Amino acid sequence: MPFVAPHIAWHGIAPELALVGGALVALLIDAVKPAVDRRFLAGLSLATIGLAAWFTFDLRDTRAVIMQGTLAVDGVALFGRLILLITAAMTILISYHYLSRRRIHRGEYYPLLLLATSGMTLLAASNDLLLSFLAIETLSLALYVMVGFARRDEKSQEGALKYFLLGAFSSAFLLYGIALTYGATGSTQLSVISKQAAVASVDERLMFVAVAMIAVGFAFKVAAVPFHMWSPDAYQGAPTSVTGFMAAGTKAAAFIGFFRVFLVAFGALQWDWRPVLWIVAVATMAVGSLLAIAQTDVKRMLAYSSIAHAGYVLIGLVAANRDGVSAALFYLLIYAVMVLGAFAAVIVSAPGGSERLSLAEWGGIGRRYPVFGGAMTLFLLALAGLPPTSGFTGKFLLFAAAIKAHENALVVAATITSVVAAFFYVRLIVLIWLQDPPPDDGHPGIGPTPALITSLGIAAAATIVFGVWPQSLIDLARNAISHGFVG
Amino acid sequence: MSYYWQYGTLGALTAVGGAFVVIAFLGNRLMRPRKPRVEKATTYECGMDPVGEGWSNTHIRYYLFAFLFVIFDVESVFLFPWAVQLEKLRPQGTVLVEMIVFIGILAIGLLYAWKKKVLEWVK
Repeated sequence: MPFVAPHIAWHGIAPELALVGGALVALLIDAVKPAVDRRFLAGLSLATIGLAAWFTFDLRDTRAVIMQGTLAVDGVALFGRLILLITAAMTILISYHYLSRRRIHRGEYYPLLLLATSGMTLLAASNDLLLSFLAIETLSLALYVMVGFARRDEKSQEGALKYFLLGAFSSAFLLYGIALTYGATGSTQLSVISKQAAVASVDERLMFVAVAMIAVGFAFKVAAVPFHMWSPDAYQGAPTSVTGFMAAGTKAAAFIGFFRVFLVAFGALQWDWRPVLWIVAVATMAVGSLLAIAQTDVKRMLAYSSIAHAGYVLIGLVAANRDGVSAALFYLLIYAVMVLGAFAAVIVSAPGGSERLSLAEWGGIGRRYPVFGGAMTLFLLALAGLPPTSGFTGKFLLFAAAIKAHENALVVAATITSVVAAFFYVRLIVLIWLQDPPPDDGHPGIGPTPALITSLGIAAAATIVFGVWPQSLIDLARNAISHGFVG
Repeated sequence: MSYYWQYGTLGALTAVGGAFVVIAFLGNRLMRPRKPRVEKATTYECGMDPVGEGWSNTHIRYYLFAFLFVIFDVESVFLFPWAVQLEKLRPQGTVLVEMIVFIGILAIGLLYAWKKKVLEWVK
């Protein structure tokens, strides 16, 4: 068989090429000139993300499957890239001063961040199981190092090692599932799998095992119960800016990959996987909310809260309709912004290298610094899903999609867990405002900087605007899926 | 069910292979003379007296060199089929540039390792 060179549609992968190119340039500059001003590297990374966003914007009217059917250029891929590029840009804003304060401002941070982002955006657009796997590995390998970036900190080391071991484990599950899918259908391409899975001659036992394996692989990455064990330790140990990046970016990328694989490739088997994911969704919401109550460390509490939120997004997948996809896209974007805001607030909470990690240290902070306390309160209200914040709109859309799919029991379970979850968010709000500030809390004030104030401001503005006037963003998310997935 | 019978040969081969090892070692054990001495029980290490414990740390530099070796080993795996087929591939310029980009990315990695003093054995 003669070798035929594949046709490469460069414009379709231009955002990823820009990110990887920018990462290589930043790596080269850091290697040749180790004393380079970190401001320059941060600026270069922001410019790279801007360039990638511009290339993404350029694809807004294209609907195609390119690169021999491995890459989808459609609304979901574009919306996913939008979420991930915003996440990466905000992460740089909250990282810059934080890394300097903790004296871990090594130049490799920026190339790693850009490479992880390129893996995430590829995962959002991947139309082939093998490309999905490669994208997941690209983002994971970079993140393992980023979690362990504070290499003198034992917690950071512990988190990185746990994340690495369990991540490698989950990759093996995913790969085994991909191999079995290939065995059953003869392809790794999502659209071909979906056609083959629907014919009667397909080996159902093989398909069921394959679907289960792939579900386990993705459930690890989105930290769904019972595959959530790594996330509290990794979130707590990682530098706070990296925690924010993982909670917002990894989750969004893995969920979009999850949605695409299950709704496109395994759409014909949805009556078999929906009941299983129903249970996973309820377990994720319940365990995340209940265990968050017992936490005394604010980063760990937000980690469990992030597990609970993974459960809410899973509702969109269980609904398995277009409303579910658009609601999940909306939710992933607003969740990314509010969780980055919350972690930015944790970084701002104290100057120097320390942060207010224990909940007790937040006592009365709102009375001393009303604006800062107000911002944190806003993010907590949004995470709890109370109006008039974007968190309420997001939950409403997800629940509406589930009702439309006749998943009433799921909505009841989600509502109950939301009430449980509201308890620990409100408890922190009460601490912030109603407690008398101690005369000496061990921290000399708070540590805002221009970049941190900017990111807090953007996050707060987005949380309010998309809570009060959400229609434009809802329309954008609906348009993203209005023609379905390509392929 | 007939599908799984295709693996029958593989199963037979596994059984025969396992039996071969068991019979060979068992026969050896039954026929050989047995005169144990302390020297015979020690680890054979090129005829030298073994030094230290079996569990020992290896310097991280060995791993770094091994990583670099593997990276460029894999590069050559890609490079050979490409070089053999280069004449037939079209468009030729693009195919050439693609490989240069690939090697270039690896070269940046090597440059990075060099600048980070990974290539120097003694610090």
